[in-house]
Amino acid sequence: MKRVFVDEQWCLGCHLCEYNCAYANSGADSMVKALKDRQIFPRVRVEDTGKITFALSCRHCSDPICVKGCISGALSKGTDGAVRIDRDKCVGCFTCILLCPYGAVMAGEGGAAIKCELCLENACGAPACVAGCPNRALVYEERG
Amino acid sequence: MGIDFIYPEFEVKRDRERCIACRVCERQCANCVHSYDEESGLMLSDESQCVDCHRCVSLCPTRALKIVKSDCALRENANWTTDAINEIYKQASSGGVLLSSMGNPKPMPVYWDRILINASQVTNPSIDPLREPMETRVFLGKKPDRIKREGDELCCELTPQLELSMPVMFSAMSYGSISYNAHKSLAIAASKLGILYNTGEGGLHEDFYAYGANTIVQVASGRFGVHEKYLEAGAAVEIKMGQGAKPGIGGHLPGTKIGSDISRTRMIPEGSDAISPAPHHDIYSIEDLRQLVYSIKETTGYRKPVIVKVAAVHNIAAITSGIARSGADIIAIDGFRGGTGAAPTRIRDNVGIPIELALASVDTRLREEGIRNNVSLVVGGSIHSSADVIKAIALGADACYIATAALLALGCHLCRTCQTGNCNWGIATQRPELVKRLNPDIGSERLINLMTAWNHEIKELMGGMGINSIEALRGNRLMLRGVGLNGKELEILGISHAGE
Amino acid sequence: MKQYVIIGGGVAAVSCVDGIRSRDPEGKITMICGEGRTAYCRPLISYCLKGKSDFGKIDYRPESYYIQNRCKLVYQKAVKIDPIKQTVTLEDGEALPYDALCAATGSDPIVPPFEGIDTVSAKYGFLTEADARALDGAVKPDSRVLIIGAGLIGLKCAEGLCGRARSVTVCDLAPRVLSSILDDTCAGFMQKKLEEHGVTFLLSDTAVRFDSDNAIMQSGRTVSFDILVLAVGVRANVSLIKDIGGECGRGIIVDDGMRTSIENIYAAGDCTEGFDASLGERRVIAILPNANMQGRTAGVNMAGGSELLTNLMPMNAIGFFGLHALSAGSPSGQAHERKTDAGIKRLYIRDGYLSGFILIGDITGAGIYTAMIREKTPLSSVDNELLLTLPSLAAFSEQRRRKVLREVV
Repeated sequence: MKRVFVDEQWCLGCHLCEYNCAYANSGADSMVKALKDRQIFPRVRVEDTGKITFALSCRHCSDPICVKGCISGALSKGTDGAVRIDRDKCVGCFTCILLCPYGAVMAGEGGAAIKCELCLENACGAPACVAGCPNRALVYEERG
Repeated sequence: MGIDFIYPEFEVKRDRERCIACRVCERQCANCVHSYDEESGLMLSDESQCVDCHRCVSLCPTRALKIVKSDCALRENANWTTDAINEIYKQASSGGVLLSSMGNPKPMPVYWDRILINASQVTNPSIDPLREPMETRVFLGKKPDRIKREGDELCCELTPQLELSMPVMFSAMSYGSISYNAHKSLAIAASKLGILYNTGEGGLHEDFYAYGANTIVQVASGRFGVHEKYLEAGAAVEIKMGQGAKPGIGGHLPGTKIGSDISRTRMIPEGSDAISPAPHHDIYSIEDLRQLVYSIKETTGYRKPVIVKVAAVHNIAAITSGIARSGADIIAIDGFRGGTGAAPTRIRDNVGIPIELALASVDTRLREEGIRNNVSLVVGGSIHSSADVIKAIALGADACYIATAALLALGCHLCRTCQTGNCNWGIATQRPELVKRLNPDIGSERLINLMTAWNHEIKELMGGMGINSIEALRGNRLMLRGVGLNGKELEILGISHAGE
Repeated sequence: MKQYVIIGGGVAAVSCVDGIRSRDPEGKITMICGEGRTAYCRPLISYCLKGKSDFGKIDYRPESYYIQNRCKLVYQKAVKIDPIKQTVTLEDGEALPYDALCAATGSDPIVPPFEGIDTVSAKYGFLTEADARALDGAVKPDSRVLIIGAGLIGLKCAEGLCGRARSVTVCDLAPRVLSSILDDTCAGFMQKKLEEHGVTFLLSDTAVRFDSDNAIMQSGRTVSFDILVLAVGVRANVSLIKDIGGECGRGIIVDDGMRTSIENIYAAGDCTEGFDASLGERRVIAILPNANMQGRTAGVNMAGGSELLTNLMPMNAIGFFGLHALSAGSPSGQAHERKTDAGIKRLYIRDGYLSGFILIGDITGAGIYTAMIREKTPLSSVDNELLLTLPSLAAFSEQRRRKVLREVV
C-alpha cells in the first residue's frame, strides 16, 4: 500500500501541509471558507525545533498498537492497509493518543480523536499534504 | 536616519477576505517583510524590505497576496527618471559604488526581437519533425578545413570534440554566487540531457566530480579551485577572459558568503573576500593566452577541448581572430545583457555590446580570414527562447550558453537582489535554511523540462525552414530577415530586411 | 484436534481467540461467557450513560466474528476446574474437556459490608452493562445521586450523570480523587473540572452507615440521596484458580508467557498479576490495551507458540468535559515537572530511563513517552531538554526519524 513518507532534508517548516490537510478534511468547497477565522484541525503536524523540521502523520503501522487499545473499536485497519477512525464510534477517550509511539493521533473538533487517513475518505482521494508541499518533502508511494 | 529619501519601490497588497493567516508568507520571507500580530490575529507587512521576489505570492494557498510597484511617484521626468534620481540618493548616502545583480535591465535594443525566421513554402517543402529524423546534435571543437585521404581511406582523426545532444549548454555560474543545490540541479540536468554545465570561477565541489563528463571547468583570473584534479575532472576547460555583465573587471564574492564548503572548494580562507583580478596576471598578450591554452592542454594530455570566454566589446572580431589562432578549440562570447551575481551597476549597464551584433561580426570576420573552422562559437547574454537559439545559429553560432533562463527554470523571479545573499528561492544564497528550498530533484526536472521543450521547438522551427540538421542552419543567414533595423544594423548582422 | 477452553467473555478472552487462531485454524474453541452476553467494551458504559454512545453499539466484535473464528459460545458460569482430568465444570454440571485453558475471569466489584446497606432500595454498581442499563433507567431529573468512590469508575459515572440528575455527590476516604493514579496536585486539576460542572466532592470522608435514603458519613454529616452508586473498587476474580492451588497474589500470577503455576492453564486480563516492567514488580494491571495484549499472547502460547510479553505496564487515559489526563508507567524516581494553570506535565526518571509520566491538559504526543517507557529507551540517546518541553520525534536521533518517516513501520 502507498503511504506518505517524509524527507526532513527538504522540509521548510512552511506548514502548508497542515493547512491543505485541514481544508481537505473540512468538507468545505473553498480554503477560505474552511479555514478563515477558525481553529484548524489538521491530521499532520509540523515539528520544528529550528534545526530540525518535518511533518508527522500516521504511519499506518503494519501492526498498529492504537487499534489494540481502542476501547470502542473505532480504530481499525482496513483490507487496504489504511488505519481509520470511525467518527461515530469514537468516544474521545484518547487511549490511542496514549499509545501511538509517534504522536500521530491528535484531538479533533468536538473532542474525537483524528489522524491521517491518506485522504482516502474525503473528496481529495490522494494525500492533500503531498500535493500541497512546495519542496517534495512529502511523497506518496509504496516502499519496502 | 530621520529622512527617507527613497520610498519603498514595492507595496504588498493583501486581500483580507482571502487571507487565512496561515503564516506561510511570514515563514518563507527571508527579508522579514511579513509578520503575525497575536493581538489582532492579522498578518502585517513591512514593504520597505520587499524585493518583489514573489516567494510569498507563489506560496500563499489562497492567492491573497500581490506585490505591486508603488504608485508613490516622483514627478514624471523623461530625462531624470526615478531610477536615476534614486541612484544619486543612494550614492549621496553611502559614498559607494552601486552594485547590481543579474543582467542589464535597461531598455536597449533586443535584436533577437527584430529578426525574423524563414519558413518553407511551395518550392522547398518543409519537414515534419514528428515524421522525419531531425538532427539537433552538435559537436564543438576545431573542424578540419578539407577532406583528407590516405589512399582510399578517409582520415577521420579530429581534435577533441564536445558532443551535445542539442545546441544549448548551461553557462558559467560560480559555486558561491549560486548554491550547492543549484549546482546539483544543473549537473544532474546536464547529465540526463546529454549537454554540459559550467562550474564558473568558484571551482568544482568534490561531490560533483561524478558528473565530470558533463562539466566544463572554468579557469578564471583568480584561479579559484584550480588544481590538477580539477582540470582532469571536466570534459573541457574554459579560460575566462571576461564576462558580458562586467567586461574589463574581475569577480567579487563577499567574505560573508564564504563558509567552510566554499573555502575548501575555492582554496581560500574562510570569511575572506574572494576578489578575482581584472586581467589574468599571467596573460598580457595574445601570445600569453596561447601559452596558457597549451599549458592546459599539456596538463590534460590534449584530451580535452579548451574554451576561451570573452565579453562582447568593441573590436570583438579582431579579438576573436587572435583567439582563433591561439590554439583554443572553442570561443565563447558573452553579450552585454549577460547576468551576474554581483557587478558594479554602471559597468553592467554601460559596458559591452549586444551579442547578436558581436556574433555576426565575429562569424563574418573568421570566415573572411579563412579560419572559421579553427574554432566553434558559443554565444550567451540573454538567450530567452528556442527562437533566439535558432537565430543565433543562423547568424553563425555553433551553440548557445544560457544562465538566466536556467535560473528562471529553477524558480528565480529576477528580483535582482542576489548580491544580498538572501535569495528566497534557494538559488543565489549560501544560507542553509534558504538553500534547502531548492530541491535538486525538482530543480533538475524543471531544467530538463525546459531544454526538452526548447529542443522540440528547435526541431519545429528547423522543419518549418526545410532544414533537418543544425549543421545546415549554422551561419545560414539567408534564413533570417530584419525588421525595423537600419541599414547599418542590417549590414553588421549580414541579413536583408524583411520584404527583400 | 486440540481443544481450547476460555473462561470469560471479555476483551482478553476475545484476543485469546485471535491468538489461538493465528497459529491453529482447526482447533476447537469454547468461550464460557459468564455475563450472559459476548464481549463488550466496559469502559463505554459511562459514555452510554452520558449519551455519547449507545448500549446497542458497545459490542467488542460483531456476531460474525465468533462464527468466522468457529468459537462456540456458552452462556453460563464456570464453577470448577479439574486440573488432573483437565475439565471445566459448568453450572448445569456439564464438564468441558480442555488441552489448554485460559482464565480470563476479569474482576468483581468490591462491596464493603456497610451497616444498613440492605435498607437502601435504589443501590447500583457501575461495572457491567447491566449495572449501567439499570442506572440509566433509574435516574431522573430530580434525582440526588451519591457515589461512593472517587476512582476511575466513580468519576466516570459522575461525569455521565452530570446534567441528568439534580445533584451528584462523590465521596472517598482518600484525600483526593483518582488516588491510585494521581497525586494531590494532579488530582486537583481533575477535581476542579468536575466541580465546575456541578459535581460535589466529600473527600477524606465516606459513608459508615446507611438508613434507607440517608448516608451517615464518618465525619458525622448526613447525606440524603435518591440513588446510591457503589464504585469502591474492584477485585480480581481468582477463585477458580485459587481453589485448585494455583499461585495467586492480588491476581492470578502469570509469567511472561501468561502461564499460571498449573500446567496447561493460562490467564489473561484484569484477573492476572503480571510483571509491571515500569515498576520492576508484580502488579495487577487492569486496563483494556493490556488485556488485549495478554489475551493474544496467552492464545498464541496455548496453540504451541512461545510468545513473551515483557513490557506490560499501567496506563490510563481519562478525561472529563474536555480535560484529559494521560498517564503510564510508575511514579518512581525523580520527577521533572512543568505546570501551568491549564495543566501539568510530569516525567519520572529512574536510572537514566523514563519510568512514568502524567500529562494533564495538553496531551499531544503522550504515546511517545509511553513508548520510551515500554522500550526502555535510554535517556542518554535523546535530547532531554527538548523532550521535556515537547514529546516529539525531533528529540530522537536522525537514524530513528529516518526509520519512522522513510520506512514502513
